[in-house]
Amino acid sequence: MNKRRVVVTGLGATTPLGGDVESTWAALIAGKSGVRTLQGEWVSSIPVSIGAPIAVEPIEVMDRVETRRLDRSEQFALIASREAWQDAGKPEIDKERLGVVIASGIGGVITLLDAYDVLKTKGARLVSPHTVPMLMPNGPAANVGLELGAKAGVHTPVSACASGAEAIGYALEMIRNNRADVVLAGGVEAAIHALPMAGFASMKALSTRNDEPEKASRPYDINRDGFVLGEGGGILVLEEYEHAIARGAKIYAEIAGQGLTSDGYHIAAPDPEGSGVKRAIEIALADAGLTTKDIVHLNAHATSTPAGDVAEASALVGAFGDEISHVTVSATKSMTGHLLGGAGAIEAIFVVLALHHRLAPPTINVDELDPAVKLDVVMNVARPLPAGPIAALNDSFGFGGHNVVLAVKSYEGK
Amino acid sequence: MSLSPDAVLAGLKEIVEEVAGIPAASIELGKNFTDDLDVDSLSMVEVVVAAEERFGVKIPDDKVTELATVGDAVNFIVNAAK
Repeated sequence: MNKRRVVVTGLGATTPLGGDVESTWAALIAGKSGVRTLQGEWVSSIPVSIGAPIAVEPIEVMDRVETRRLDRSEQFALIASREAWQDAGKPEIDKERLGVVIASGIGGVITLLDAYDVLKTKGARLVSPHTVPMLMPNGPAANVGLELGAKAGVHTPVSACASGAEAIGYALEMIRNNRADVVLAGGVEAAIHALPMAGFASMKALSTRNDEPEKASRPYDINRDGFVLGEGGGILVLEEYEHAIARGAKIYAEIAGQGLTSDGYHIAAPDPEGSGVKRAIEIALADAGLTTKDIVHLNAHATSTPAGDVAEASALVGAFGDEISHVTVSATKSMTGHLLGGAGAIEAIFVVLALHHRLAPPTINVDELDPAVKLDVVMNVARPLPAGPIAALNDSFGFGGHNVVLAVKSYEGK
Repeated sequence: MSLSPDAVLAGLKEIVEEVAGIPAASIELGKNFTDDLDVDSLSMVEVVVAAEERFGVKIPDDKVTELATVGDAVNFIVNAAK
């Protein structure tokens, strides 16, 4: 049986680079950094004072009453979903054929911590009745599902920094398996707060380049020293191909396959052999009916940590062999910072747009390429991609040893 | 401490506007919290807690379900504060 094909018919995002997809993409192609010095009394209490907050605060685009009963991550999900749904043309569809899969790495952690402060200082009576719906990790998916009346299923895969990509893969299977015709899929994260930042800092995972925020996220550069925590999220409208054609939808690209593996190696460190990543790539290619020859572009996980970037680069060389020479690699976290559960989603959007616009985003701050990175990195300036049918991959990995690779094909009008 | 019904109504208007986003001008004694003002069960808990704080009264959980309208709430709070 032929698989039901899945195409992308709508995009939405709120990121450190812009309050929507258009402004985010423009800043990304221009090579702008979304990293800045963080504001707030708590910042001085931790060793890292930089991050990548979203460019447009939710209160600027949402009703005040709505914001007070939604965790920040839920606000991001609704903002990005409204844009994506609008972009898809707000299709009138049977709600039993409409699904939502939105991931988060940590869930409503800011709500949880703020509510605990209220409990300790003011007592249980003043803990908001909205606390639990706001802190539950499925809250972003649930709120979007409620707004659209989705009844095919609302889901939240959690795999740390691979969560957003895993959500898109889950949505792909929902449509392939005929559970749904249209699924809003993506990921969000809102964790710029003293506690998660202190935890990441204790792992020595964060860059401490506090004096040069815009230079701090520098994947593949020899002087990288850790990731920069970002926030925001992205949502894609995935739609069964015939369904999209029948309603004359605009089609950006095709989500053609996914590869999921786990390292079985360490809770946080990457497997230096990279075999899990290599297998995920092989599985994604086979699932998409592609070979390494077809891939012209790859959005790397590359978070700017000393160990992670090299492990991924080595795994890519292992998976592609000589074919790696025609793969232009972009590490967009150099501009957005690391959105954790939102990362795989916004990066999938970047891959879709790279194929759609035939333009690979730059990797900024590569002053001196690490010689251990034997990849064709799109350094500092965006680079054109070839015409005709092309394909790309999106890598996402998460603490716990989760590997998710998505394969995306350009849409050529058929 | 005694409270005037007008003072309680004015305070409740502010609380409901803050919690549910209902313009204070449209909040009247005869309005039903659920049917007219769209205050759901979770938000009603917020209104009750805010009212207790503001007026220095205790509104037991088993009484909350009896407070269908704004007028019911005003009467309860005025009596509780006597």
